[in-house]
Amino acid sequence: MTHLLEINNLDVKFDTDEGRITAIDNVSLTLDQGKVLGIVGESGSGKSVTAKSIMQLNPGNTIYNDNAEIIIDEENVLKFTSKNDLKKIRGGKVSMIFQEPMASFAPAIKIGYQMVEQLMIHKPMDKKEAKNISIDMLNRVGIADAEKRFNQYAFELSGGMRQRAMIAMALSTMPKLLLADEPTTALDVTIQAQVINLMKDIIKEYNMGVIFITHDLGVIAQVADDVAVMYLGSVVEQGPVNEILKNPMHPYTKGLINALPDINNLDAPLTPIPGNIPSPLDRPSGCVFRTRCPHASPDGKEGNIEMGLVEIKPGHWLDKCGVDCGKT
Amino acid sequence: MSENIVSVNNLSVSFDYQENFLSKKQKIKAVNNINIKIKKGSFFGLVGESGSGKTTLGRAILGANKISTGNVIFHDDDRDFDLTTINSKEMKEYRKKAQLIFQDPYAALSPRMTVRDIIAEPLEVMKITNSREETDERVRDIAAKCRLNLEHLRRFPHAFSGGQRQRISIARALVSNPKFIVADESVAALDVSIQADILNLLKQLQNELNLTYLFISHDLSVVAHVCDIVAVMYLGHIVEMAPSRELFRNPRHPYTKALLSSIPSIDPENKSKAIELEGEIPSAMNPPSGCVFRTRCPHASPDGKEGNIEMGLEEVEPDHWVDRCGVSCG
Repeated sequence: MTHLLEINNLDVKFDTDEGRITAIDNVSLTLDQGKVLGIVGESGSGKSVTAKSIMQLNPGNTIYNDNAEIIIDEENVLKFTSKNDLKKIRGGKVSMIFQEPMASFAPAIKIGYQMVEQLMIHKPMDKKEAKNISIDMLNRVGIADAEKRFNQYAFELSGGMRQRAMIAMALSTMPKLLLADEPTTALDVTIQAQVINLMKDIIKEYNMGVIFITHDLGVIAQVADDVAVMYLGSVVEQGPVNEILKNPMHPYTKGLINALPDINNLDAPLTPIPGNIPSPLDRPSGCVFRTRCPHASPDGKEGNIEMGLVEIKPGHWLDKCGVDCGKT
Repeated sequence: MSENIVSVNNLSVSFDYQENFLSKKQKIKAVNNINIKIKKGSFFGLVGESGSGKTTLGRAILGANKISTGNVIFHDDDRDFDLTTINSKEMKEYRKKAQLIFQDPYAALSPRMTVRDIIAEPLEVMKITNSREETDERVRDIAAKCRLNLEHLRRFPHAFSGGQRQRISIARALVSNPKFIVADESVAALDVSIQADILNLLKQLQNELNLTYLFISHDLSVVAHVCDIVAVMYLGHIVEMAPSRELFRNPRHPYTKALLSSIPSIDPENKSKAIELEGEIPSAMNPPSGCVFRTRCPHASPDGKEGNIEMGLEEVEPDHWVDRCGVSCG
């Protein structure tokens, strides 16, 4: 079976005044239809850049490597340059939900108009049809009074409602792949629970593939099938969510879990990961985590071990350097 | 000498609201009839969703918001400050004792000042120190306590990461040697690993400097970990208040239960569904009569649903306070 999405050897670099920054280093991921792939990591780990590369939404100073491939439907979307080709992915085959729904809607244009506009760009239909579909979608995501909301502006909706409208808009073109970038981070917990349940239902109903980006391991545990843990632009551990969260091997994954306050075990101390995330301008050579690794082997500490994932159990991939130091 | 450092009695805070310049002025009650006592040396947690009034309450206690009715009393060693009758001279004195740590360490620090100047500013404004040497000494002292390097003091904030910036904010709040700190969402903008680091630092400073915290947060698992006593707010009211272990083991109010069940579990096999609350928090402009939670309450009694039960905390177990309406439906 071919995968819905295949990312191979992706490097992303940004040209800045201070020099060339490596944002993503040799990332390969696959996603099948109907599955949810979670990407976790701290700020600056490259989660969003990975997702944005799929839609080529990274800014103009971005440099992709030549042998990188992002394959959707047997086409390498990184090679797309014409507007028409890009339109096929942006909002067509792929839709994206952002963190801050207030920033994603134009403030001076009615929500309904924005939904209709994007539908008509991607699907051959008239205004009336587009309106019907939009209102239907708003109903589907649990917005009461959809017809009234259709004629309102983004500021008239509450945060949870705005995020629902955003989801409705992203799904109205029936994308095969949904990129959700921290979709629940700005929401209160009770609203977050509503939105997560809604997304789970919709993913099942439409059988789409989803990349779910978040820094919250709890959210990942509840929605994702597979998870990739990113640190400073590299995937350090990857596998089924159950295996990774119950049986973490990489010291960074372990560190993230130990730093998390656990409501069921209030006596456990909170253990921060020592040190600070290095600036992408001086990315460590070898294993990127070695400067903060509590159990680095002498070779790893020196940066003599090249990064690269190895399969330690069926489906459980771990960075080479982490295989040794993860044992302790 | 009182064992409490802050007593809040029947406190309400309302804001004037005018839709446009022709319409009538309305009052929005952001905080409604709050009674809390914060014990010396405690880590008092205040949780609730956005719009619940936690920040307004915290600011009212610091004298940064006007108090509409009720009062706030700060008990210092030898005297009391009553914030409703305080004059500006006493207010200056009070500011030395009670300080605030903000949420966003990127917005809270002036980009044009060096770290040394940022930390020293309260000392200069409050005229606590008499000479530059004395100021420098206090700055160095508190910076070391907050685990900042001395060479950091010469730099500007842009050179620092989020966690380091938050340590600078903490140092600035603590430099005047306050006794009471309001930490308003102070770890919300940080990554989990840095969050753990800052929480440990706050705990450690509490022991070293004998501080009392009012810790405002929307994150229940964080609050459960660091706080001794927790109050849950909803739409301007406290609906439940108890020692944190008791509250998390034995929540009584349906809102507290829903909040707790909404925290996504890190165990993928634990798919226990969150108690889903219908709808959203009502507007503070026209809050429901009676129990403010009744419009979303999954177990409201007929009387509660109708809004016939007045709000008010009852002690169901020693130190465990639950809103009257929640006692029956919880």
